[in-house]
Amino acid sequence: MGVPISVTVNGQHRESEVDSRTLLVQFIREELRLTGTHVGCDTSSCGACTIIMDGKAVKSCTVLAASANGSDITTIEGLAQNGELHPLQEGFKEEHGLQCGFCTPGMIMTAVQLLEDNPQPSEAEIRHGLEGNYCRCTGYHNIVKAIYHASRKYKEVSHG
Amino acid sequence: MIQCKTSKEIGGMGHSMRRKEDARFIQGKGQYVDDIKLPEMLYMDIVRSPFAYAKITNINIEKAMALPGVLAVITGKDLEQYNLHWMPTLMSDTQMVLPVDTVMYQSQEVAAVIATERYIAADAVELVEVEYEPMQPVMDPYKAMEADAPVLRIDKEGKTDNHIWHWEAGDKEATDRIFDDAEVKVKEQMHIPRIHVASIETCGCVANYDKVNNHLTMYMTTQAPHAIRTVIALVAGHVGLTEEKVRVISPDIGGGFGGKVPVYPGYVIAIAASFLIGKPVKWIEDRSENLQADSFARDYHITAEMAGTKDGKILATRFKLLCDHGYTDAAANPSKFPTGLFSICTGSYDYGHSYAEADAVYTNKPPGGVAYRCSFRVTEAVHAIERITDCYAQEINKDPAQLRFDNFINKDQFPYKSALGWEYDSGDYHQGLQKAMEVVGYDDLRKEQAEKRARGELMGIGISTFTEIVGAGPSREFDILGIKMFDSAEIRVHPTGKAIARFGTKSQGQGHETTYAQIVAEELGIPAEHIQVEEGDTDTAPYGLGTYASRSTPTAGAAAAIASRKLREKAKKIAAYLLEVSEEDLEWEPGKFFVKGAPDKAKTIQEIVFAAYTNHPQGMEAGFEATHYYDPPNLTFPSGAYICVVDIDKETGEVKVRRFVAIDDCGHIINPMIVQGQVHGGLTQGLAPALYEELIYDEEGNILNGTFMDYLVPTAVESPSWETGHTVTPSPHHPIGAKGVGESPTVGAPPAIVNAVVDALSHLGVTHMEIPITAPKVWKILKEKGAL
Amino acid sequence: MIPSEFEYCRAGSVEEALDLLAQKGPDAKILAGGHSLLPAMKLRLNSPGAVIDISGIGELSYIKEEGSHLVIGACTTHGDIAKSTLLSEKIPMIVEAAAEIGDVQVRNKGTIGGSLAHADPAADWPASLLAGEAEIVLASSSGERTVAAVDFFQGLFTTDLGENELITEIRLPIPDAYTKSTYVKFEQPASRFAIVGCAASITRSNGSCDKVRVAFTGVSSTPFRDQAVEQALEGQAPSDDNIEAAAEKAAMSVEVMGDHFASQEYRKHLAKVYARRALQAVLS
Repeated sequence: MGVPISVTVNGQHRESEVDSRTLLVQFIREELRLTGTHVGCDTSSCGACTIIMDGKAVKSCTVLAASANGSDITTIEGLAQNGELHPLQEGFKEEHGLQCGFCTPGMIMTAVQLLEDNPQPSEAEIRHGLEGNYCRCTGYHNIVKAIYHASRKYKEVSHG
Repeated sequence: MIQCKTSKEIGGMGHSMRRKEDARFIQGKGQYVDDIKLPEMLYMDIVRSPFAYAKITNINIEKAMALPGVLAVITGKDLEQYNLHWMPTLMSDTQMVLPVDTVMYQSQEVAAVIATERYIAADAVELVEVEYEPMQPVMDPYKAMEADAPVLRIDKEGKTDNHIWHWEAGDKEATDRIFDDAEVKVKEQMHIPRIHVASIETCGCVANYDKVNNHLTMYMTTQAPHAIRTVIALVAGHVGLTEEKVRVISPDIGGGFGGKVPVYPGYVIAIAASFLIGKPVKWIEDRSENLQADSFARDYHITAEMAGTKDGKILATRFKLLCDHGYTDAAANPSKFPTGLFSICTGSYDYGHSYAEADAVYTNKPPGGVAYRCSFRVTEAVHAIERITDCYAQEINKDPAQLRFDNFINKDQFPYKSALGWEYDSGDYHQGLQKAMEVVGYDDLRKEQAEKRARGELMGIGISTFTEIVGAGPSREFDILGIKMFDSAEIRVHPTGKAIARFGTKSQGQGHETTYAQIVAEELGIPAEHIQVEEGDTDTAPYGLGTYASRSTPTAGAAAAIASRKLREKAKKIAAYLLEVSEEDLEWEPGKFFVKGAPDKAKTIQEIVFAAYTNHPQGMEAGFEATHYYDPPNLTFPSGAYICVVDIDKETGEVKVRRFVAIDDCGHIINPMIVQGQVHGGLTQGLAPALYEELIYDEEGNILNGTFMDYLVPTAVESPSWETGHTVTPSPHHPIGAKGVGESPTVGAPPAIVNAVVDALSHLGVTHMEIPITAPKVWKILKEKGAL
Repeated sequence: MIPSEFEYCRAGSVEEALDLLAQKGPDAKILAGGHSLLPAMKLRLNSPGAVIDISGIGELSYIKEEGSHLVIGACTTHGDIAKSTLLSEKIPMIVEAAAEIGDVQVRNKGTIGGSLAHADPAADWPASLLAGEAEIVLASSSGERTVAAVDFFQGLFTTDLGENELITEIRLPIPDAYTKSTYVKFEQPASRFAIVGCAASITRSNGSCDKVRVAFTGVSSTPFRDQAVEQALEGQAPSDDNIEAAAEKAAMSVEVMGDHFASQEYRKHLAKVYARRALQAVLS
């Protein structure tokens, strides 16, 4: 049974009709073919599917696509602007904050909100903010550094 | 302190070059198996057994087949017609692809549904009606070994017990004699529990059989694509899938850690389905399926013993193992090593006698035995030796660091022949531990501990000084299904001096696209930035055994260096020709040959390569490419000195890792940033089993923590900030003096953590704690010892 | 993991939601943040015939002062509650409980009403709502009723919520200026649910504990107020000995749960430890 939805994804307006049970992550990956958003579990635990929905980090495996009607969504593919990497993308590369790359998009999207809420977080605040994202490769050490790296960049920008 | 021979622009060894592969991963452009979507692709989902041990009396597929969109429901009986219902394991045992009449563990595959959509396939799974006659499972490996235990593998003719194999190493009589006469003997029983690699990407594949051309392309989450191609050809050659008709592509892999080495039934069923239907079939596991049915790791019950003098000289060790393999031995080991490389259990210490024996047993648990970030059972070995060494120190009341210093193999004793026959290539254990103790401030910590203990607070310091054994391996001993464990590199330099290099290994996050390029850059002087690295496509890459057991650098990395050196030899000939001098007159510096004493008379590697295509000497083969298959003369033996500091909340039993210092020695370092990243990750995967992870089953064979809601993968909150460092003792036999490193920390960290916890409780008479050391376990022991 | 098929109904208002609920009958489920319902549906532990989506009902998302009460709309997310300065000033344990739930993404989507309706015995909310003597407002097409939190939680995944009812609001009496409260928790390491969650709210006057409210979640199949602890401390001076003695009485009157994360004995012990920690934090 089709449910009409209208969403904005990475700045682009999208109209679609989804099955009532289609999960948002499925819609993003299969319908929009934005495959940077990943699925790593079935219990809303791992955070690999994290996107920004109406300004907040959300696990897109635990949202119905139908419920996303009217929302504004940013996925990892929409983060770089005009070919410029986002400071977090830069930070992850610079500080070796990723290895296999599978958790990376979710990590980065969670960190986007973390820095929005708290532009100069402490190490403990960064770690606490990443509680909903699993990584098996990096031991988190360099992910924390990557976010710290980006936060300094934020600071530079805001202090012009 | 790392000296680079090349400039930053060339980016050879020793440079912390930023990773080439990151550009796609940070922008969501990685290409993992579930990202592949082919025209007309079908989806597979699997019906799994709710029982650990049951007869299947009937499977009714009618309702499932009636669901619109369902194309097929495949059962064991269907596969039986093609003789595909059983498959061989890497350890020459047999494993069901789909059962015909009996299920042997909970969540075992029972049937597979093929449908036009993923959601329909999931619905159809619910509609397959399976009738079971449950039987009492055998879950305890000790009970499975008892004479009256029910025989599980009745499919094996003449099988009268659950015993799989017996293994032993060392001189039993001589070792027993030392134990009989020893002043001090310590003994501890340990269980290294069943755990799961839980890579964040689960396993999956897209099998695409093209009927017209009789050709199979298999996109698959595999760490060993070439070996898989051969296995497919061996298993399905009789239906026309001979090896040239099979292409295996391992796309980006979202973490492997050993869990993506085996061939799981799902892969085989997907191939069969695509073969029968003639359309691509995708199968992607759920997390629950992944945790509940894919290969486990560890599950060794170990009795470890050490004999020594009362002043602290180790004389001998003994180890007795019971290995729970589940219902089949599907371990991922080299063929001749049923216990993997467990015989590294003699450790970093110089003593003459050791004996180890093992028995493997069938139970109603999932099959496996993969090496979770570990070179084939080295984790189990290191846990045993590092724990029993601490038990010995505790028994004779000697500082565990001092005891280790007094027993280390000296650096001038290398190459060192261990009591169980390995030839350790190199090491400087004293320097490593000295450095770790300085960084952590060992003496001050001991003072702090004494003060805290006087106040009733619990704090512990734990040491682990381990020797790893990685880089399998020399062809005289190491093979998988008969294929020798060499690995390969093929380097092709284009006329303009840029290159493509292909390897038989497959990165799952280790950063091969960067580090291999750096090795070639080091040897040829072509900037690493201009060397494209490719792996994972069996149609293009040279044959190799894949990436696991920290073998990529020791094998394919060596192949890269040697292939590059072959090219450098050719370059020298061309340079001599271009400069009109003899080869002996030329000297190399990274990036160019120049005439001795006349550095202005030079030819850059780019000029030389261009000449190889445009102006090569007559009689010389044109072009500039080389291939090398590297058969290592020995394994490499990385080592580490780890010190962990823990605080324990007496009221709740919670253990908090306050500090963790890891000094690793992996010989020459290709990329310090990447090595450090590997160490961080490995340490966290060592912390996990030490404090959190264990797959738990009840007596009925039900898994009690088969989802991420109850199987804890440590998050950034549980993980400490790691303090890392290194010493450099090059491998004398490796072309670039490197050793593997990715697994050292996973292997070395757990005993350091356990030793720290036991150290915190030692004054209460605690000598051992079983992992994972959860809060309730600590609380219970505190209560038993009257410390609350 | 994929939910079974269901009919999706989007409600634009409470009224519409109630109409839909009446129309679709007992086979319908309300979807707010979805963080309790969807996981259960994905594992097919729950397969409703219809899902009534109330996530878009803006009128159910608020935190405000209303006379002697602070009122929270049922669709307010844990995250919004965790950030509320109003709640933080007046009833800190509510904010602390919200901040302990799951992780940031879960808090961004999950709602207080959804969590209460689901009634997981290890959920964080019940302890602080019981200690805060909250009332829960339930609406149906036939009207509205208010039920005390203590009567709302009835057992494992069981509440007083009727089939055709919707949680619309949580009401908390504003304590006086001499009241302090906190929520502390020992969590299940993987799920982050509570093995023991303890909320304590104490009103002091003239150096003694006038009114003591202590409640637990995670300990028993039903969250509960622990009157033995409360009574042991009421009227007493807030000394270490008195706190210790009161905490010792924790979880004596209930059937304590046991599982492989925490045995009955260990959980009971933790209840005492966390009772003491909560009381100490409030009285320090």
